[in-house]
Amino acid sequence: MEELKKKARELLEAKTVTMVIGYEEGTAGIARPAFIMDPSKAEKLIFDKRCNHNLALYLSKKEVKRAGKIAIVAPMPVMKSVIVLASENQVTENNLVVLGISADEKLVEFENFSAVEKYITEHPESYRAKDKELLDRIDKMNPQERWEFWQKELSKCIKCYACRGACPMCYCGTCTVDCNQPQWISVPSHEIGNLEWHLMRAMHLAGRCINCGQCADSCPLDLPVNILTLKISEDVLKNFNYKAGTSLQQDYVMSTYNPNDKENFIG
Amino acid sequence: MNEKLIIRKGSLGKLFEQMQKSGKLIYAPVNKDDKAEFDVLNDFNNYREDYIQTVQSIKSVVFPRHEAILKYRKDHSDVKLDDIDLSSGPETVLFGVHPCDAAGFDVLHAVFTGEYNDKFFVERMKKVTVISMSCSKCDDFCFCTSVGLAPDSGKGSDILLTKLSSGDYLADVISEKGKAIIDSAKELFEETNSEQLAANTKLIADVPVKFDLDKVNNKLGTAFESPVWLAHSMRCLGCGACAFVCPTCSCFDIQDEGNSTCGSRVKCWDSCGFSNFTLHASKHNPRDEQSQRWRQRVLHKFSYQPEQLKIYGCVGCGRCSRACPVDMNLQEHLTAVNNEQ
Amino acid sequence: MTNIYKPYLMKIESVVEEAPEVRTFRLSFTDKEEGGKFNFKTGQFGEYSVLGEGESTFCIASSPTRKDYIECTFRSTGRVTKALASMDEGDVIGFRGPYGNIFPIHEWKGKNLLFIAGGIALPPMRSVIWNCLDLRDDYKDITIVYGAKTVGDLVYKNELKEWEERPDVKLVTTVDPGGETPDWKGEVGFVPTVLSKVAPSSADTIAIVCGPPVMIKFTFPVLEKLGFKDENIYTTLENRMKCGFGLCGRCNVGKLYVCKDGPVFTRAELKHLPEEY
Repeated sequence: MEELKKKARELLEAKTVTMVIGYEEGTAGIARPAFIMDPSKAEKLIFDKRCNHNLALYLSKKEVKRAGKIAIVAPMPVMKSVIVLASENQVTENNLVVLGISADEKLVEFENFSAVEKYITEHPESYRAKDKELLDRIDKMNPQERWEFWQKELSKCIKCYACRGACPMCYCGTCTVDCNQPQWISVPSHEIGNLEWHLMRAMHLAGRCINCGQCADSCPLDLPVNILTLKISEDVLKNFNYKAGTSLQQDYVMSTYNPNDKENFIG
Repeated sequence: MNEKLIIRKGSLGKLFEQMQKSGKLIYAPVNKDDKAEFDVLNDFNNYREDYIQTVQSIKSVVFPRHEAILKYRKDHSDVKLDDIDLSSGPETVLFGVHPCDAAGFDVLHAVFTGEYNDKFFVERMKKVTVISMSCSKCDDFCFCTSVGLAPDSGKGSDILLTKLSSGDYLADVISEKGKAIIDSAKELFEETNSEQLAANTKLIADVPVKFDLDKVNNKLGTAFESPVWLAHSMRCLGCGACAFVCPTCSCFDIQDEGNSTCGSRVKCWDSCGFSNFTLHASKHNPRDEQSQRWRQRVLHKFSYQPEQLKIYGCVGCGRCSRACPVDMNLQEHLTAVNNEQ
Repeated sequence: MTNIYKPYLMKIESVVEEAPEVRTFRLSFTDKEEGGKFNFKTGQFGEYSVLGEGESTFCIASSPTRKDYIECTFRSTGRVTKALASMDEGDVIGFRGPYGNIFPIHEWKGKNLLFIAGGIALPPMRSVIWNCLDLRDDYKDITIVYGAKTVGDLVYKNELKEWEERPDVKLVTTVDPGGETPDWKGEVGFVPTVLSKVAPSSADTIAIVCGPPVMIKFTFPVLEKLGFKDENIYTTLENRMKCGFGLCGRCNVGKLYVCKDGPVFTRAELKHLPEEY
């Protein structure tokens, strides 16, 4: 990914940015997030099929905010996350250079966030194969079977919150689970506690999740928790004609009233 | 103790049946979607001997994810507390765990006993017999030999089985509990002698030493303010995956669950990596940043525990590094600490 | 085997509202036999709980020389303290303890004692002050310097009066500038400033300091200037706790647990610890 390394080095040498967040070679053949601050270390940046972490999660971390203006290597999911974060006033284009990566792994430079938004609209993506497969399987289940499926899966959850940690949209300073006045979500990882956590998180992501799948990828037990948020994003599209990460002007769908909202649940 | 016996390759299944018949609850590694995981073993055909590491450790048998430590009943100002009775729990056998996991129980023992004895750990541990299996394979994430252990270490085990080139197993009887198992199935075990042992090779993995533990311990003593913590923890998500899959992590939370008439006080897993682990009610947080929390994890296992409890808080199983979504690799970080000037 | 997590059940004998949101409970053991066997030393703390809400850590604010009851003082800040604050005389709460190390008052025999406290940090001091006053002949001069934000925030108002009236105790009370009332007769100024003014001698004196971190930060240099050696300055640390006896892994400062190796530390010991509190 020579053009990426070159661009990163340029940005750091010119002090346009103090840090480039990208991917580097990790242990035993895996890729991992990298934080490059020294221009000579830009050599470490890589990009290939192993680079799936949603780096946008680091944009809310105080260690990164402290760094001032930074650049972020952004494959499509990261681009979409940046747009959602921008629409939620969490990032500004003054402080963030988006180094886009196209589907065929080429560097795409953007002038501003509007250019990112345009690129996203011009390059629609489909679901990952394994997600589509599971989604189809669940779609064929009746409500009782679905309930049993999720109870079985979520009962295995150990409440490590890797799903929360890997998600760029989970940037709340105090997560709902950490609130004890009142204790909205039980702390221990019993069945109820797990259901409460995952259902609550899915609801908090309604209209905000861009389906990067990193919550499921980061789960040490491979629980398909991204399917919950994916399903909700399908419902949001169907009911409110709204897709997260496609517009800088989006208001939070669950708290925005639109006279055209369907009211077919009212008898 | 430390009697060495032979058990023939076909007899492991018979040993399992014998233990099962005597009413023991047996946990062993089994197949779960191509991965090895610990589960209750009901049919020996499901036993998966050939695995490098499971995702989760088996510590939950003595230190469950969550457990009630007492129950309460309230009727206005009348409060009654009910103790939890663990005496009816089953006799348990952990079969085929690796030596690193067996050694993990020694660390838990050091934490949960001493001046204060946690009866929940003690009473559960009393009922557990550990029959471990030496490792014949390992991968890059394993580093037991760097923390004073070995793929055929007997620490924490009651019986240590080691596969031999003949396909049979050497059984090292290490404790009274181990002897009791042998005695209950005497016909399955044969005496052995030095010639027999010499004729057979033990199939033991070669686990290269990755770092000098004494040097690490020394370096950590003065590394509190080192920039290595921030440099290595930028990508850390602050989740609890490493702590929860770890066989020796034992930090816990105490939560009350219930209402104004009845409920319980619950002990459940917690992680020093969480941002609210040390958060005061006043909102002051002594470990406000992830680098401080990462430092705590490493220092606790490799500096504080060895000093206070005389045991290292790590058995080199590599689960933390495998489970970490962003490749926070303990070996890598300890090597970096060692190389710091 | 004993369940170390099981609390004593304590009846609230009396509730005193010391200051806005600050209450003192006097507690008696509902099981008299357990109460008879109960013993603690000054400096120790306990885990006080409302069953169903949780546990909270406070010192035992009464002196071990007073039998048949223990006292605790707390400010309602979080979930558990708010639940405690809603309890009345006659209600039953949980108490686990005593935990922690102690003020080594036996080592201070024959010396002068200087107690310095700020605001809600008087409770841990109150235990050791009363303990020493109950053994008055063991000590030489006793000086207490205590301050709070405002007159209303001073706790143990009745006891302050008692200490003031004792000829064998020198009490200096102060409130922060702006916190005085028209009839306030004490000092006005931050505790470290007033301490400088009072300038007690460090000769043969032990200093015991408890207060909010900012007060401690500015008090230590004053004591140093007055000639106090680090081994003769005692303080207590606070950290978030759960188990109270060194098992849950939460409250450590470096290699030491505040619950087990503390909460009492000398300044000399603190200098060897990282600032993780």
